[in-house]
Amino acid sequence: MAHIVLGDEFGRQFTGGQTHFDLDVRDVRHLIRTLEGMFPGIGEQLEAGAIAIDNEIIPDPWLNPIQPNSEVFFLPPIKGGK
Amino acid sequence: MAGYEDKSFKWIGTRPVRPDGVDKVTGRANYGADMKLPGQLTGRILRSPHAHAKILSIDTSKAEKLPGVKAVITGKDFPEMHNGVLPGDEGVNFHYLSCNIMARNKVLYDGHAVAAVAAASAAIAEEALALIEVKYEVLPHVIDVDLALKPGAPLLHDDIFTTGVTPKPEKPSNTVQRIQMQLGDPDAAFKDADVVVERSFKTKAVHQGYIEPHAVVAEWSEDGQCRIWCSSQGHFMVRTLTARLLQMEVAQVRVIPAEIGGGFGGKTIIFIEPTAVLLARKAKRPVRIVMSRDEVFRGTGPAPGTSIDVKIGAKKDGMLVAATGEFRYQAGAFPGSPVGAACMAAFGPYALSHVRVVGYEAVTNRPLCYSYRAPGAPLSSFAVESVMDEIAQKLNLDPMDLRIKNGSKEGTQMVYGPKLKAVGNLECLKAIQNHPINKIPLGPNQGRGLAAGFWFNLGGQSSAVVNIAEDGTANIMTGSPDIGGSRASMALMAAEVLGIDYSKVRPIVGDTSAVGFCEITHGSRVTFATGMAIIQAAEDVVLQCRQRVAKMWEVDVEAVKWEDGHARPAGANAGDQKPLSLAQIAAKAARTGGPLVGSAAINAGGPGPAFGVHICDVEVDPETGHVTVLRYVAAQDAGKAIHPSYVEGQIQGGVAQGVGWALNEEYIYGEDGRLQNSGFLDYRIPVASDLPMIDAIILEVPNPGHPFGVRGVGEVPIVPPLGAIANAVARATGARMTDLPLTPPKIRAAIDAKK
Repeated sequence: MAHIVLGDEFGRQFTGGQTHFDLDVRDVRHLIRTLEGMFPGIGEQLEAGAIAIDNEIIPDPWLNPIQPNSEVFFLPPIKGGK
Repeated sequence: MAGYEDKSFKWIGTRPVRPDGVDKVTGRANYGADMKLPGQLTGRILRSPHAHAKILSIDTSKAEKLPGVKAVITGKDFPEMHNGVLPGDEGVNFHYLSCNIMARNKVLYDGHAVAAVAAASAAIAEEALALIEVKYEVLPHVIDVDLALKPGAPLLHDDIFTTGVTPKPEKPSNTVQRIQMQLGDPDAAFKDADVVVERSFKTKAVHQGYIEPHAVVAEWSEDGQCRIWCSSQGHFMVRTLTARLLQMEVAQVRVIPAEIGGGFGGKTIIFIEPTAVLLARKAKRPVRIVMSRDEVFRGTGPAPGTSIDVKIGAKKDGMLVAATGEFRYQAGAFPGSPVGAACMAAFGPYALSHVRVVGYEAVTNRPLCYSYRAPGAPLSSFAVESVMDEIAQKLNLDPMDLRIKNGSKEGTQMVYGPKLKAVGNLECLKAIQNHPINKIPLGPNQGRGLAAGFWFNLGGQSSAVVNIAEDGTANIMTGSPDIGGSRASMALMAAEVLGIDYSKVRPIVGDTSAVGFCEITHGSRVTFATGMAIIQAAEDVVLQCRQRVAKMWEVDVEAVKWEDGHARPAGANAGDQKPLSLAQIAAKAARTGGPLVGSAAINAGGPGPAFGVHICDVEVDPETGHVTVLRYVAAQDAGKAIHPSYVEGQIQGGVAQGVGWALNEEYIYGEDGRLQNSGFLDYRIPVASDLPMIDAIILEVPNPGHPFGVRGVGEVPIVPPLGAIANAVARATGARMTDLPLTPPKIRAAIDAKK
């Protein structure tokens, strides 16, 4: 199962403080749907940010595959200056 | 995707003349203000003289009657937008964006637009502005971020409820959000520290200081389409936001990019484009708006002022055991500060097992806060690097040794979660450690300062087209505005893949109707992401060439290889064929399938973070407090420098801006909340005579996420200078200063306080 890490703010707002999950998911879309099913309302917030899968930050994630041993972090959106 | 690390390049890493150079040095290049259409009118914007006020009424009747005035608009002419961020809106609150472009019921800062006119001449437009009668009810204002965060502060919006706190607030406030990220247990870990340094810092708002003011020409057509000419960091962004704010279909808006005279993040959003379109629609004539310098300072998107607390604990041998930071950032009149990135980047150069960052963002009565090179990071880095310097002093350690001992590297887990892949932080530290500057003895009142910096870099969506002409030359086109020499880099990458001479590749930036979507030029993303699109488009051409030649030779495509700009037999199976050049293949294109056109559209991931380490020597005049920067050396990991001169230029430019941020630049407000220094005479940016030669050292630790190993280079060079200068001044004076900018009066006061 992939290891999923949410930020503390998601823990406070949606998950009752839990920020680490081990989930059997195929891709980012499946992951977000799974979390939305567990914590209604979280999906929209998760989609607004970026994701790092196996330490690679991915912009606009959706169909990116998640391997059974993957580590996934949800990140706040990052904007650049130049 | 790696594999190019050991390849010898013919064009990558060379320093040819930039393709846009001749037009620029001869004055032929067209910038935003240079466009002129038949019948064009002059647009002008009336701006608030108050920092915070209710708009009781706006009477435009006298202005409308003035001969030569063709259109007058106010906030009532703008469609009302949904107040919130909808799915698919990419985080943009269009209500706030619209209200920033033209105020509705309230003005929220000195310079907030309240009305606009289009007239036959600039003089008539100015006269018309004077005839517009706006009645205000002035309200209390707040600009300082700490004051804005306090309960009872003047309230800017009644619809902002702080996010990230529990329980959810029932009353609105200026505090937009609280964010927190943590690794380990820093509170417990501090107990193991032999030394702990905790300091508070303040910084002022600064402007990006681009030389070219915002400028736009808009033309409205009777069939509901419009064309916009402007300089920006993203004409697709201009198209999308303008269409959305004016409730138009995106394809009805065509945006043609002009050359850009500097952006640095400040042109990644729109301020005047919808206003020009509405005026053009109402006047039925093209309208040009060019901001004055005063308007640029008062009405665009300067970087935030901040208030920061940083605490770091270390063992006697210099090993860091814990760190915390609280970062309070101004947001301007509407939400949007870079406090999230500031938190994430603050401790980036260091491997910390126990670290917590907390961020607060507050709306304030100053212009919309917007991006400025590595948004948010220079300020959080200034605080962290200052405390690191004090740790070194308290432990009697070399500040470089302290940083190398704790430097982040491949495998280091960052406070925001992921672990670093291959990065060049330690390589940069060691390059500075071995630089001859360290052997130069310092004189009286001189000090040497060191600082490290980190920036994420971004990827994202880019498109590119490579068109091969019948003589084998190439026109290449992307939709990424060139703000740092990217056309040269695109041409070099295309030449490398195609195997033709750089001079035979002509790059252009296409308009929104000519090329596929490209995200804005920000996040140091263009050479990385758009460059990757160019590489793939050129590889598409190479594949097509191999396919055409395979037909000519009557062999499989695998029997044809591409080498040094020629199709050659891959082995004996292809027969004894003579190599065919790109020009020879292009000459027969009509007979082998038609034009050779390569294209690519990608969403690039794996940008690879950037690190930079800076060292500088300064001399402080104890009589005046004036700081002279004597020497400056900056080392940076570029992954692979496509055009080293432009990498060096980015490093030198970032340092120059960072030195200004450290020593001189600040928004100065009067008691009435009005900006006091809205021009370059009073807002002091560094000029050439203020700076020494900046020695730029390029390190190349390939980014595994790019075919040539490229990392973005445009932002990280502005991160370390604030800390490096402050540390050098502290060492020169013996007084640690925590309030930027380090102006002569402040330095004098700090020296006097030590006596």
